[in-house]
Amino acid sequence: MNYLFALLFYIATLILVGGVAYRVYDYARTPAPLKIPTTPAPTTTSGVAFRMFREVVFFESLFKSNLWIWALGWLFHVGLALVLLRHLRYFTEPVNFIIAFIQPFGMYAGFAMAAGLAGLWARRFLVERIRYISTPSDHLMLALLLGLAVTGLLMKFVMHTDIVAVKTFFLGLMVFEINPLPSHPGLYLHLGMVVLLMMIFPISKLLHAPGLFFSPTRNQVDNPRETRHLAPWAAQLERKA
Amino acid sequence: MADTSTAVSPAPTSAAKPAAKAKVVAPAFREYPTIPALQIDSMVESTPYIATAAHNEPLGFPGELAEGWEQKAVAKMGELLGKYRSLKVYMDSCVHCGACTDKCHYFIGTGDPKNMPVARQDLMRSVYRRYYTLPGKIFPKLVGARDMSKDVLDDWFRYYNQCSECRRCSVFCPYGIDTAEVTMAAKEIMDSVGVGHKYVNEIMGKVHKIGNNLGLPGPALENTLEGLEEDVLEETGAAVKYPLDVKGAEVLLVTPSADFFAEPHVDSLIGYGKVFHAAGISWTLSSKASEAGNFGMFIGNYDQMQKIAMRVREAALELGVKRIVVGECGHAWRVAYSFWNTLTGIGAGANDPFAIQLQKQLDPNYRQPSHICEVTWDLIQAGRLKFNKDANDHRIVTFHDSCNVARGSRMGDYAGGQFDIPRHIIRAVANHYVDMSPDTTHERTFCCGGGGGLLSDELMDIRVKGALPRMEALKRIADKDGVNFMATICAICKAQFTKVLPYYGFKMSMVGGVHQLVSTAIVLDNEQ
Repeated sequence: MNYLFALLFYIATLILVGGVAYRVYDYARTPAPLKIPTTPAPTTTSGVAFRMFREVVFFESLFKSNLWIWALGWLFHVGLALVLLRHLRYFTEPVNFIIAFIQPFGMYAGFAMAAGLAGLWARRFLVERIRYISTPSDHLMLALLLGLAVTGLLMKFVMHTDIVAVKTFFLGLMVFEINPLPSHPGLYLHLGMVVLLMMIFPISKLLHAPGLFFSPTRNQVDNPRETRHLAPWAAQLERKA
Repeated sequence: MADTSTAVSPAPTSAAKPAAKAKVVAPAFREYPTIPALQIDSMVESTPYIATAAHNEPLGFPGELAEGWEQKAVAKMGELLGKYRSLKVYMDSCVHCGACTDKCHYFIGTGDPKNMPVARQDLMRSVYRRYYTLPGKIFPKLVGARDMSKDVLDDWFRYYNQCSECRRCSVFCPYGIDTAEVTMAAKEIMDSVGVGHKYVNEIMGKVHKIGNNLGLPGPALENTLEGLEEDVLEETGAAVKYPLDVKGAEVLLVTPSADFFAEPHVDSLIGYGKVFHAAGISWTLSSKASEAGNFGMFIGNYDQMQKIAMRVREAALELGVKRIVVGECGHAWRVAYSFWNTLTGIGAGANDPFAIQLQKQLDPNYRQPSHICEVTWDLIQAGRLKFNKDANDHRIVTFHDSCNVARGSRMGDYAGGQFDIPRHIIRAVANHYVDMSPDTTHERTFCCGGGGGLLSDELMDIRVKGALPRMEALKRIADKDGVNFMATICAICKAQFTKVLPYYGFKMSMVGGVHQLVSTAIVLDNEQ
């Protein structure tokens, strides 16, 4: 099991980092030939940065759109962010004081995350419109994330595992040393799902995370009259004309 | 000119025979606008007339669907994914959160789930996943991936022609996914395999051949404009000119061709002339660029869009004008404001020879291009126009924000100027103004229901149904405040509303242009 998980984590990390890096490269190299910010849009670059900040941190457009989805989605994402930060303590020695400080918040954030996910999943059954657009993969994604949250919470509050050994395992992985992982079904489940999530990230709708930063309706400055905006392939067209 | 005369649709009657098959039904006003329950396939009958070889071939599209089209369509999708970051990112990013599901006017009016923006996108996303993503290749069912097939194509042709590319969904999407970008790509792919909307492709042919969407030749324009001069002289005593192809004029006005003869459009053209006359600005129309509208955008075809925009550049160079001004036209203004500088190098900020040529000629003291509302508002602020506001006292006015002006462009020097400037003008020329509900104006405005090239007769049912949210908002202030005039700055909005208003119990003369109001109130110096 130690070797299996070690191998899986190495592969998953390669897929996650390599896959997302490729996607980001692919988005970045694809030109946006026309100015299409959804207006009213900021007329300066700093304005665009501020718009993007509001989208990333507060989900501004979603807030305008639907308070239920916003509340559940934001709860889940903020919960997830805190939980991830909290988990950094398994990968660092000594533990940064900020990470140490957020430990108790991260613990409860696990509940927020699970609650948000449960709510979002419930909508997929209860709201006719959302039921209509949901694919099996949408359900599986929520099942996976909820499974991660539940197994994590179980290990924290119900059936503890040997956290020190888990930390030793991951610190070891980072210097290519394989240390024993506690034999614990909850832990195996939890780590298995982490590996799966890492692997599907670059080939699934989880790409919305990098995608947002490349969305032309959100990241373009509204200044078409002041500055000529020309994609390379469009410029070539012009030379031919 | 009275604004109560009978309406003429600028939709050319030759483009489409009156639809016999589609029954047009206006939905009932809802007391409390709630989200409709799904009515699966309720609009499956709504499909445009298909373009024939005679329409397609001059544009460089195949005449009709031919053997092997599936591979061609999938390859075209691949080409577009490499050319448009918007398409690539939007295909990947949707998480099916549902935020957009109740935002489309066509969904609100029909309840057809395929008119929910996400479902409309998924018509293409399902094919994208099948051919361009790993999970879609291995587990198509799991991620909702589908092969490109005739059934899929038929659904595309139906439902991408039930999207007016109004961008309302893009306001509400947490990732800014703009269904208009997807619709445009779908239309581009369909055209590339010979499946086009007859009305749209026929019109692009006319622009190339004759110079405008309506196919009005130069002599007809000249006649019309002379007639307008006589009418205005008779009515006001002022010798307002409506010049055509005058070299050396300061301003080239490019306006939708509907302004030349359709009601109520022509009343705004009369207004533009009066503004230039009162301000003493020399101006001209062009027979070559006698059309502001650019249907190339509707079908997402960069090439067509550029060719159509290029006529304006050529006319400006030939006539030697210092300024280019665009009349009341929504999509045209989006193309002019957002795309002209890219397509034709009309503005500043570039150092390629192509762009420099026009930069040398155009006056940098003015925004290039300017919207006619920017021109009029600047003149009002400078005190160069005088109005008798009481002349509009028979009207209680509201303003319908046209979708492509509201969400695809700007006016003035700050974000949101496109909302304020037309309202400032209306308040400067009329005493009674009321806004519609804020859920239906500014960036949240609803499309009139006829945008994006859907203004053809055979699509009347979806046009009428799509107008529901706007009609409801109008109904509320018509009942409460007695509003009897809805001003707008788009030729399509005007044409659409004159047709659709009667279905909802309004008079077709309730809709008109902002410059129609200006025209009514403006005081001309040589008035007798």
